[in-house]
Amino acid sequence: MSALLQVRGLSRHYGQRIGCEDVSFDLHPGELLCVVGESGSGKSTLLSTVAAQLAPSAGTVRYRQRDGEWLELGTLSEADRRRLAREEWGFVTQNPRDGLRLNVSAGANVAERLMALGMRNYSQLRGIARSWLERVEIDAARIDDAPTSFSGGMQQRLQIARTLVTQPRLVFMDEPTAGLDVSVQARILDLLRGLVNELGLAAVMVTHDLAVARLLAARTIVMQGGRVVETGLTDQILDDPQHPYTQLLVSSVLTT
Amino acid sequence: MTPSYNFAFLDEDTKRMLRRALLKAVAIPGYQVPFGSREMPLPYGWGTGGIQVTAALLGRDDILKVIDQGADDTTNAVNIRRFFARVAGVETTEHTVDASLIQTRHRIPETPLREDQILVFQVPEPEPLRTLEPREAETRTLHALADYGLMHVKLYEDIAQYGHIATSYDYPVLVDDRFLTSPSPIPKFDNPKLDRSPALMLFGAGREKRLYAIPPYTKVESLAFDDHPFEIQRWEHRCELCGSAESYLDEVIVDDRGSRMFVCSDTDFCGDRRAEAQA
Ligand SMILES: [Zn+2]
Repeated sequence: MSALLQVRGLSRHYGQRIGCEDVSFDLHPGELLCVVGESGSGKSTLLSTVAAQLAPSAGTVRYRQRDGEWLELGTLSEADRRRLAREEWGFVTQNPRDGLRLNVSAGANVAERLMALGMRNYSQLRGIARSWLERVEIDAARIDDAPTSFSGGMQQRLQIARTLVTQPRLVFMDEPTAGLDVSVQARILDLLRGLVNELGLAAVMVTHDLAVARLLAARTIVMQGGRVVETGLTDQILDDPQHPYTQLLVSSVLTT
Repeated sequence: MTPSYNFAFLDEDTKRMLRRALLKAVAIPGYQVPFGSREMPLPYGWGTGGIQVTAALLGRDDILKVIDQGADDTTNAVNIRRFFARVAGVETTEHTVDASLIQTRHRIPETPLREDQILVFQVPEPEPLRTLEPREAETRTLHALADYGLMHVKLYEDIAQYGHIATSYDYPVLVDDRFLTSPSPIPKFDNPKLDRSPALMLFGAGREKRLYAIPPYTKVESLAFDDHPFEIQRWEHRCELCGSAESYLDEVIVDDRGSRMFVCSDTDFCGDRRAEAQA
């Protein structure tokens, strides 16, 4: 099957400092790829650069649109970039408060992307918002409540609903469970695993936690100091890590 | 006319700057054009944007009408009318049909406007997305890309909260199928009068330093949902003075016992109808 995303020799520097350096990978439809590394490993810079939120210093990112056409993301206009972000992509931020609109109701948060795509039937918007709240295990009776009245875990589940409601072809997730209690994390990871399978989502997820990769991703990239140190099937990396840094990460997962 | 002022208070350079901005505004219907707003001898909130537009347009032969909430005799309207009578010496009127230039706050006259008339609106907040998106750079980008889903978020919230679109003033419109625009705080009752109006409509926001325009015969659509279409206010009453069933009504208290009655907010329209009825 043809790839959805092709990343080749991608670098992003901040002056002299390396954000990420010479990263290449393919992402296929329906595939969830985890990028694992500690803070400062360049994984978040990589995610932002791949998602065209940061301009690359070198290298290319190509994305195959719904109509089969390949787009070179570095050459996109702001208008095209926003159209892609609106119509074909989703982005889940680590802090749900960055990804949600806090001054409007939960239902409006879920319905916003649908309205941005031109849906103009209120009852239909309500129906879809209700069903998505239930899908992310939020009581549909809370559809008119403010997200600020939700717990952190609920806010993150709301952000997931808000992002996935338009059935994006490609989702970027930046540590979606970091900063939450372990039991809350587990519930969200379970939920994500279910939705990823059900919707056949392609996603790039950044995490510091190999356990998250083990649960969600068939393939994993390990980063250190802005570079990829190991890449392969997640199971293989966990069973037989090659790079000393990966070995260190794996041993810390196995002891927890 | 007080001799120490240039005609219509503003100097000619400032008027030329304003006219250039107005021409650009007319060329791009609904687009907010920045302009170098001047200090006016009235505080912001008193219509300094509208006054500057009026000052840039006035010629010696113009006949000026000024209304506030539909009435010619409120403090705001009287002050602005007196101001221009003093600094431009132009003729003023309370009759819509006699005016060549009408400056307004909060209403569009009931009497249909003509091609040879201009309506100037005082605008406190020109950006319809402002309450939802406080960042100026972001609203500018949303306009540039005609990315207006956000406006429907507000209408959605209205229905979720009140069961219907409760926004009744400053009801957002799409101008010429392109720019999302604030009609200024007129009642939504007046929105249909904006659509394909024969008269030129100009909008001035002094504090925010923005001008915009709806040129004659431009399509103006009030936003809505398919299953919650745009509707104007309706009353079970007629005007108790002139009997009109088509005009925007104000509920006024008529004595110290709190008795109320419904009367036209457009005092000129109401007065004309009563005069006709007696004739
Ligand atoms: Zn009346």
